[in-house]
This record gives sequence, structure tokens and C-alpha cells, in this order.
Amino acid sequence: MSTHDSPIHDNVGRALSSVDPLVWSPSAREVQRIALRKKLARRRIVVAAISTLIVLGSLAAVLVTSPGWKVVNKTFFDWSYGLTVLHLVIKGILTNIGLTLIASVAIGIIAMCLALARTSKSAAMTPFRFLATAYVDIFRGVPLLLVILLVGFGIPALRIKIIPNSVLVLGTIAVVLTYSAYVAEVIRSGILSVHPSQRAAARSLGLNQSQTLRHVVLPQAIKRVVPPLLNDLVALLKDTGLVSILGVIDAVRAAQIEASRTFNYTPYVIAAILFLFITIPLTRYTDRVLLRSISRQNAEGTA
Amino acid sequence: MSVLDVRNLRKSFGTEVVLADLSLEVPEHTATVLIGASGSGKSTLLRCINLLDTIDDGSIYLDGQEISDPAIDVDQVRRKLGMVFQSFNLFPHMSVIDNITLSPRKVHGVSPEQARSEAMDLLTRFGLADKANQFPDRLSGGQQQRVAIIRSIAVKPRLLLLDEVTSALDPVLVNEVLSIVRDLKSDGMTMVLATHEMGFATQVADEVCFLEAGRIVERGPAAQVIQNPQLPATQEFLRRVHEAGRL
Repeated sequence: MSTHDSPIHDNVGRALSSVDPLVWSPSAREVQRIALRKKLARRRIVVAAISTLIVLGSLAAVLVTSPGWKVVNKTFFDWSYGLTVLHLVIKGILTNIGLTLIASVAIGIIAMCLALARTSKSAAMTPFRFLATAYVDIFRGVPLLLVILLVGFGIPALRIKIIPNSVLVLGTIAVVLTYSAYVAEVIRSGILSVHPSQRAAARSLGLNQSQTLRHVVLPQAIKRVVPPLLNDLVALLKDTGLVSILGVIDAVRAAQIEASRTFNYTPYVIAAILFLFITIPLTRYTDRVLLRSISRQNAEGTA
Repeated sequence: MSVLDVRNLRKSFGTEVVLADLSLEVPEHTATVLIGASGSGKSTLLRCINLLDTIDDGSIYLDGQEISDPAIDVDQVRRKLGMVFQSFNLFPHMSVIDNITLSPRKVHGVSPEQARSEAMDLLTRFGLADKANQFPDRLSGGQQQRVAIIRSIAVKPRLLLLDEVTSALDPVLVNEVLSIVRDLKSDGMTMVLATHEMGFATQVADEVCFLEAGRIVERGPAAQVIQNPQLPATQEFLRRVHEAGRL
């Protein structure tokens, strides 16, 4: 038996440290490398800290040394005053949240119908396909603020008894009209993104159009559009602030009332911070969902 | 009577003629193997039989009923046909067992319990019982394709169409899929399959059809078409397959 065949030598005859490859302790070279990696990591932390300090420090310096800073600080960041209006703005933002929740249910239902109508190929659906396309074109093309004004002042003028003249209801209707068009397009893109071979497989198993849609296409489509839909939910929450133009007392309006009473704009800042309290966790959650769905799709790709 | 009878089928995509005056009969309990280069029309023929593509001329009969009639209920026809795709096309959002039982439950009106127990029987028979509750992305390609085959036979089709079912697989996984097809053949399943696996074709085929430019240019028992081809085109094709190490 030559040394080359011995388990404690490698193929060029060098002695190996251990007979059992599972029993392992780092070699001198690996210990060196670990130490070097630690050193490099420490250096990165120091560099990041210094650069952050310089950038944020100079931004703060520009802000504080600006000629109007004293006035701005008093009229926008008067925290003791802000605390006294906090409950009013919170009451307002509850209106935004409630409106968002109710509107998102209505938007979900209407958008799903629009998306199904637009993607359907059946002859009987032709008028609905046409109407849905026209609807999406119109409500995606008109600014939300205009829709709110048109609905807010137009519908009451029709004097239809069943539609209440509450500005809150009218504002919600306007938001639902616009967002349905956006969300319908997101859902439609999800439906179209499901590979045709999935439909072919379902149809060849004997499932009809609607069974294929319900059991095969929609579950996959909706899973894919959850991240963009969460994005739209964040945008919806912010845009509910626009209904304040009709006189709905939401967070924006509540802040405006206070600000115009005292000529101090801190309530606006308070409202902004309250919005951020909701939207930042929501966007972080959206990011997480998005990353998860990307890694899942990659897993599908490698399978 | 033949299970499948294709007469003078024509199909083109735009100006490209894919199937030209193609006729094919498949008697019950037999396997017809389609061979030929990519683009010769094998897949299109299978898709036309399954009514996934509409034909330009000719007619297709299934159990004597003309299924190329435009007024026919396509879902009714497809209930009698099983189709297995090159890329498996399992539903990624459903477990293996749900993939298999979807059509029996929703299309054939089988009770969920019965559909499940029949599916488990098939999975057990083909050595996949432990994968019943897994999702397709956790399975190897060979396992996915075996599930796809089980899914297509769970509805007890009159005719099984297999479209290059091993072409997307690692060479070491090919055999586990082919052995299922062999088992189905010995069960008496009537089938039409497109394949590049000539050894396998020789084993299962009652008839081998060599397609070129949308026509069956040579047909006969495997011993004749694959072992001893008559036409230069067939000889050339088989020589190239041989070079690729697939014979």
C-alpha cells in the first residue's frame, strides 16, 4: 500500500490533520482568516458611523443655522401645544382608518369584478368587458381630488333619495371609485401573470373556464399581487386625507382647524407623525411579504 | 372501433404549416409513439387532440364521436382525455393530493373521501405515498412528473396523451417516469406519446410514427421504424438521436 492510499494522507502524500473528516478544528490559516474578517467588520462599522455622523450632522446644521429656523421651530415644533391638540388629531385619524377599512372592502369587491370582466373571453361578457375597460380608463385618468369634488358636489345635486348626503359617505364613494380602477389593474396583471400552461393543465383535466379561474388561476394570481396591494393600502390610507376637502373632519382637517385657530402649524406635524405611525409598520410588513414571495418564486424556479 | 381516429388533419400557425394532411388511428389498449425532430408537429398534434388548439381542416374522432365539431362541449371531451406535459404543470399552490383530486372532485363529482382514497392508492402504487401532503416545489423533477401522470390518470381517461414527459428531466430521473408509463401500458391504457427516448419507444410502442414537417412519413412497429428505418429522413433523424446518446 502506497502512502497515497492511506486515509491520513492526501493525494500528493501530505499528512492530513485528522483521520475522520467530521472531527475538525480550524487550521492555523482559518484562524488567521477569522481574525481578519473580524477586523474588517469592525472597520466597516467605524466607517458607517463616521459617514452617518457627517451626513446627518451637516443636514441638521443647515436646518438649524437657516435664517428662519427660530420661527419654524416655534410654529411647527411646539410640542407642548401639540400635546393639547393630540386627542383631536387622533380622533381625526380614526376617521381615516375607519374610512380606509370600509373602502378597502368595497374596493376589493369592485376591483375583482372589474379585473374578471376585463380578462374574461366569453361572448356574453362583451359589454361588461367594454364597460370595465372604460371605467378603468376614466377613473385612473382623473385626479382623485377632482373625483372627490365631482362626487361630493355632483351626487347631492342629483337628489337621489337612497344616497345619503353625508360628506363622509360621498368622500368614501369617491375614493372607492378611483382606487377600484387601480386595484383592478393590479389584480388583472396578477391574473395575466399566471402562465398559460397552468390554464392548459387545468382545462385538460376537464375543468371549465370558471373552475379553472377559481381553483387554479385566481389563487396563484392573488398570492402574487399581495405585495402591490399592500402598497395600495398604504396609499389609500394617506389619500383618505383628501376627503377633508368636503369637510370631513379627519386628521388633516382636524389639524387644519386647530392651525387656523392659533396660526401654529404643529398640528400638521402631529398629523404627519400619526400617519407615519401607521404607514411605516405597514410598509415594513409589505417589504417582508414582498421578500418572502420573491424567495418563494426563486424556490419554484430552482425546483 | 378505434379509441382515436384522426383524419386528414391540418393545422397552421399563420403561414407556418405545422400539420399537413395527417391521419392516425389508435386502437384500444395500444400505445402509439410519435417521434421526430422538434418542430415536426408532435406537440401540436397532441394539443389538437386535446382541443387546446383548434384545427384548420380534417376531423378527429374519439370513440366514434367527432370531437372536432365546433359546437362540441370541450369540457365533456376533455373529461375522457388525460394529458401530461413536458413541464409537468402541477398547480404550485396545491399539495400533491389536492393536485390529484381536484378534477375528480370538481369535474367528475367524486366525493372528497373517495377521491382521496383513490389518489392515495395510486400514490402508494407508484411509491409516492409519503409525498401526498407535500407541495410540488419540494419534489424532484421526476417526482413532479410522476405526480402529473397520476393526476392525469386519476380521472380514468379513455386516452392518455404524453407530450415529451421526460424531456425536462435529469437523465437519472428519466427512468422512474418511464417505468410508470410502462406500468400503465401493461394495465391496458390507450395512449399517444411524443418522445425522444428511442429505447423506451421500442419497449412500449405498438406503432411508431415518424413525423417530419407535419406529416407522418414513416410508420409501423418499433422493430421496423426504429431498428430498421426505410426512409433516408428517418435514418438521418435516428442517426442524430444516436449521436446524442439517446438510443
